Amino acid sequence: MEAHEKITAAINSANDEGRPALVPFITAGYPEPTSFTETLKEVASAGDVVELGIPFSDPMADGMTIQRSSFEALKKGVSLKWIFDELDKVKDEVDTPLVMMSYLNPLLQFGYDELAERAVETGVCGFIVPDLPYEESEDIRRALEARGLGLVQLVTPATPDERLDTLSDASRGFLYAVTITGITGGDTGLPDDVTDYLDKVSEKSALPVCAGFGIRERNDVDNVGKHAAGAIVGSALVEVIERGESASGFLNELSGKA
Amino acid sequence: MSSMFDAQEAQSLLAAAVRGEMPDERGRFGPFGGRYIPETLVPAFERLEEGIREHLHAEDFQAEYKKQLREWVGRPTAMTYAAQLSERWGVDVWLKREDLAHTGAHKINNAIGQALLAKRLGAKRVIAETGAGQHGVASAAACARVGLPCSVYMGAVDIVRQAPNVDRMRRLGAEVVSVESGDKTLRAAIDEALRVWVSDPDGIYYILGSAVGAHPYPYLVRELQKVIGEESREQMLERTGKLPDAVFACVGGGSNAIGLFYPFIGDDVELIGVEAGGTGSGLGQNAATLATGTPGVLQGTYTIILQDNDGQVQETHSISAGLDYSGVGPEHALLQATGRVKYISAQDDEALDALEELCETEGILTALETSHAFAAARDWAKENPGKTILIGNSGRGDKDMPTLTKYPAKVRTVAGG
Repeated sequence: MEAHEKITAAINSANDEGRPALVPFITAGYPEPTSFTETLKEVASAGDVVELGIPFSDPMADGMTIQRSSFEALKKGVSLKWIFDELDKVKDEVDTPLVMMSYLNPLLQFGYDELAERAVETGVCGFIVPDLPYEESEDIRRALEARGLGLVQLVTPATPDERLDTLSDASRGFLYAVTITGITGGDTGLPDDVTDYLDKVSEKSALPVCAGFGIRERNDVDNVGKHAAGAIVGSALVEVIERGESASGFLNELSGKA
Repeated sequence: MSSMFDAQEAQSLLAAAVRGEMPDERGRFGPFGGRYIPETLVPAFERLEEGIREHLHAEDFQAEYKKQLREWVGRPTAMTYAAQLSERWGVDVWLKREDLAHTGAHKINNAIGQALLAKRLGAKRVIAETGAGQHGVASAAACARVGLPCSVYMGAVDIVRQAPNVDRMRRLGAEVVSVESGDKTLRAAIDEALRVWVSDPDGIYYILGSAVGAHPYPYLVRELQKVIGEESREQMLERTGKLPDAVFACVGGGSNAIGLFYPFIGDDVELIGVEAGGTGSGLGQNAATLATGTPGVLQGTYTIILQDNDGQVQETHSISAGLDYSGVGPEHALLQATGRVKYISAQDDEALDALEELCETEGILTALETSHAFAAARDWAKENPGKTILIGNSGRGDKDMPTLTKYPAKVRTVAGG
C-alpha cells in the first residue's frame, strides 16, 4: 500500500465503524517543543489521521489561533528539520497516518526530494500546502508521488464545478473541503448551506472528503459527518492544548467516545 | 544571483523582457513570479486577470485613466534640473518629480488606476495595505474619487512612525485598521489584507500597492506605473536631446523603480536600484533583499526574499517604512539575475545625509525612501564626472516629520539677518 493510500484507508475504516473520521490538527512544538511527541501520541490515539502544522512566519490563510501558535513555536526554535528528528523518535509508537500542513516556502527550502525521503522515513503520508494552487504544484507532486506520498488538494465553496473536478482528480489521500469562505479559527459556526456544498463535493470525489474550518464542537462533527467522510478540527484543539486541558478528552468528546 | 543562468539564457530572457513578453501567461518573469495563493482566492484572481485583459488596455478605460492622471493627479509631473546639486556632484542631475503628484508620491498612479478597475469589476468595497502610508493615502483618495468604501490595513509599528498619514487617510474617508500580528509592518499588513480578502473574495477588490504579490499584480502595477518612465524618457529627450547615462530609483517592493526603469530597459542606459541598507549587513539589520536575499516564495510570488535556512521570512530594518519589506517584486529579481539592473543599498545615515543635502541645495524635502536613491547617486557621481543622471524623486518627505524630528536639522545662520 502506498503511503497516501494509508490515509484513505484510515478514513474508510472509521466510516466502516459507522462514524465520521476525526482528523485533529496540532501546531508542531506548540505550546512547548519538549511536549511535542507526547501531545502527538495522545492526539494520534484519539484521531484517525493527524494533521501536523509546520510553523511559518507568514500564515496568510490562518486566523489568530494558528498564527499565535505558529509564531510562538518559531520563537522556540521549531523547524521542519527538528520536527522530522522528533518524529524519528516516536515513529514506532504512532501508526496513525500523519499529514503535514505547511506553507510552501519551508518545503521549498528543505528541498522536495529530501522532504519526500524524510517523510517516508518518519511516517508522514501526505502534505497539505495552503498557498499552493494546483497550477503551481507540479514539481512538488512529482517528488512526492515518486515516493508514494500524496498532495491533498483543497476545495472551497467558491471553487467552480469544473475546477472541482480537476482538484478531486488530482488529490491524494482525501479531498479537503474548506467549509467557509474565510480563514481558519472563525467563530461564526458552519454556514447553513454547508450540507449542500458537502453533498456536492462528496458526490464528485472518488476519495473520501474531509471537512475543515469552523469545526469546534460535537454537534459540528455530527453535522458534517452526515455529508462528508471526516471532520478536521484545528484551532479549537490548539486552544484546548494551549489552555493545558486534555487533548484526548476533547477529541473523545467530539467523536462521541466520551 | 547572476549565477542563476548562463550568459546565453540571461540574454534571451532579457530580450524577451525588452520585447514586452514578460510576464508570460502564467505570470512568470523567467523563473520568478507565478501565483501562490489559497484556493479560496483562485477564482478572485482569475476574475481579476480576466478583468485586466478586458479593460486595462481598452480605449475607453485608458481614456478615463489618462483623464484622471491629467486632471486629478496632475500629470505629467515636472522634470527638474537640479542646478546646485549638479555643481556639487560634478554630474548633471535631473529629478523626476513624483513628489508633485497628487497625495505626494508615485503611489497615486497605481491607486487611481486600480480604483477605476475595481469600479468596472463591480466591487462593493476596496481594501489596501500600506507601509509608509503613501499607498494608503493614495487608495483612500482614489476610492473617494470613484465612490467606493475603502479600508486600509497598516502595521501597528508603521501607524506610530507615519502618524500624519493615518490622519490623512481617515479624513479622506478610509477606515484604518491596525495590524498587531507578525512583524507589525508592511509584510504583516499584506498578510492581513489577504486574510480579509479570503473572507469575501466576491465583494472585495484588493488594491495592492507595490509590484509584488501573486500574478497579475506585479504586471498590473507595472502597467499603471510605467507612465513615470515614459514621461521621463520623453522629457529627457526634449530637454537634453539625449537619454541619461544612468537612472536611479529606490526599491522596497519596487513599484516606483519598475515604473521608472521599464521604459528604459531596451536602451543603453545604466539602471540602478537602491535598497535600504539599514544599519548594517547582518540579517535583520536591513531590507536589502536583492543584495543579500535568496529565492523563495513570499506572499504569492517566487522572488528574492530575506529568509533563514528553514525558509522562515526574516524581519527587516530600515529608517524608511516604505522600504521595510522582506521581499521584492519578481520582475526586479529577473532584471537583477539577467544583469540588466544593478541593485545596491544605502544605509540609514547615508539616506539622512542625502535628504538634508537635497533640502539645502534644491529646496526639496524628499521622502526617506527616495533619499536612499540620492545617497547612491552621489557615490556614483564621484566615479563618473561629467555624466547625466536621472533620479526618481518618488515622494515628498512631509510624512517623515515624526522620524526626522529625532534627527535635528543643522542650525544654519543666515548672514545679514
